[in-house]
Amino acid sequence: MLRIDPTQDARGVVERLFREESGRAVATLIRALRDFDLAEEAVQEAFAVALATWPSRGVPNNPAAWITTTARNRAIDRLRRQKNLETKTEALRQLAALETGEREAATDADEGDAGDSGIPDDRLRLMFTCCHPALAPDARVALTLRTLGGLTTREIARAFLVPEPTVAQRLVRAKRKIRDAGIPYRVPPADLLPERLSGVLAVLYLVFNEGYVATDAPGLIRPELCDEAIRLTRVLVLLMPDESEALGLLALMLLHHARREARVGGDGRMVLLEEQDRTRWDRRSIHEGVGLVRRALRISAPDPGPYALQAAIAAVHSEAEAADQTDWPQIAALYGVLARVQPSPVVELNRSVAIAMADGPAVGLARIDRLAETGDLDGYHLLHSARADLLRRLDRHAESIAAYRSALDLVTNPVERAYLERRLAEAVAKSGLDS
Amino acid sequence: MRYLLLIYDNEQTWANMSQEESQAIMGDYFGYSEEVFGAGVAKAGDALQPTSSATTVRVRDGQTLATDGPFAETKEQLGGYYLIDVPDLDEAIKWAAKIPSSRIGSIEVRPVLDFPDAPGAGESAG
Repeated sequence: MLRIDPTQDARGVVERLFREESGRAVATLIRALRDFDLAEEAVQEAFAVALATWPSRGVPNNPAAWITTTARNRAIDRLRRQKNLETKTEALRQLAALETGEREAATDADEGDAGDSGIPDDRLRLMFTCCHPALAPDARVALTLRTLGGLTTREIARAFLVPEPTVAQRLVRAKRKIRDAGIPYRVPPADLLPERLSGVLAVLYLVFNEGYVATDAPGLIRPELCDEAIRLTRVLVLLMPDESEALGLLALMLLHHARREARVGGDGRMVLLEEQDRTRWDRRSIHEGVGLVRRALRISAPDPGPYALQAAIAAVHSEAEAADQTDWPQIAALYGVLARVQPSPVVELNRSVAIAMADGPAVGLARIDRLAETGDLDGYHLLHSARADLLRRLDRHAESIAAYRSALDLVTNPVERAYLERRLAEAVAKSGLDS
Repeated sequence: MRYLLLIYDNEQTWANMSQEESQAIMGDYFGYSEEVFGAGVAKAGDALQPTSSATTVRVRDGQTLATDGPFAETKEQLGGYYLIDVPDLDEAIKWAAKIPSSRIGSIEVRPVLDFPDAPGAGESAG
């Protein structure tokens, strides 16, 4: 529940309330109406009324409840004007029940927590519906940001660099499919929950990454996607406080987001982890992230999930005051567990790099060469740059130069390219000195 | 809601199977049919003759044109169906995943388009 500072102006309150609470009001109305569009429109109208009346009449005591009640009344007005009597009667009955708070409490096992607003929180079921696997992945992301995050179609389009009509069409199709295909509006039963929860987490992580990777694209609203992903993941954690992977994902996001200031250099470009000014890391986010990781690992012991493990790795990096003080044996051990839980060539590569840092370049290189033989990562520039780096440290300059060149053939990110070119130049200079 | 579960698999896969293998799958099908009809979920269900028996019919300019073969040449062919009645898509997916062909082919889950019969109710349909 949002706390309102009475000294704040009413417009600011409405705007903040919209970000924080519109998803909640939409979720509640969808439950009663089974109609995404009507719910969204009614909630938007309620916020418009708030914007028009609060500045003169003052902010009500419980603004969130006021919004839901007003949206409910707007929906009732709209329904009364509709023709289809059968659906109308049922929707009106459900809306009336919202007021008394009785609703289907007796029949619904997964009733949300009513909290201090007196209105049950339906956002969890909305999340699961928006992230249903029967929807196209793009549509899951757009629908989640639209209904739960309150982002406009335009904002979503800008954030994902796609035309606005494309997003609008994705949303229309997704809502139609939810209705026509009978996608349920509920928290999945226990047998489906693990699979579906990982689907929700994947959508939230995708939103976060979309914002995170774009830090070197100035002027775009993408950094806001990180904030939005964190905000929605906080809601998920609030509603499912004992799901270790939700905790792990929130921790992972916070720990990465803590580095946002240091990730961007004076020229506006991305700075690699080992070169970041760690005094610019956000200590509060790190503190919170580390606490969440601990909790996630404790709850999930002895079988931590991939998000908790990735967050634990990020936490170890975060706790090193300088890059050369990183606890590499710990990171290598965590990658070892991650490789068991979620085996992939990329995890294996990261693990090998950590082992090289912990046990010396020769040990790491032997592992990476074995990995290279599989051919799985031939097209991945980081395989070649990791090899190049270890060869350089072993003074095998000619091979190192060749590997840097392979990496440069594949790299696309300009910051990474500049970094590799610098390293290549160093290796070339070094090989000249040796010969 | 009613859903049609359309069973697609590669006829060649079936043709290349040993007798033991195909009999094992047929056994699974009998078991599944018993379960899905026994639960009162399935309203209908059939296996189809292979696409080599198919005839495609079109009427153009009042002329009926019948041609040999299926509507479209695809890697997997429609080989059968179940019509089920369940509360929502999650239930339909659960029943689709139990069809033996889901392991070797694919099941397409299609909601049935209902036209409400009540007079006047049709104006909001679609």
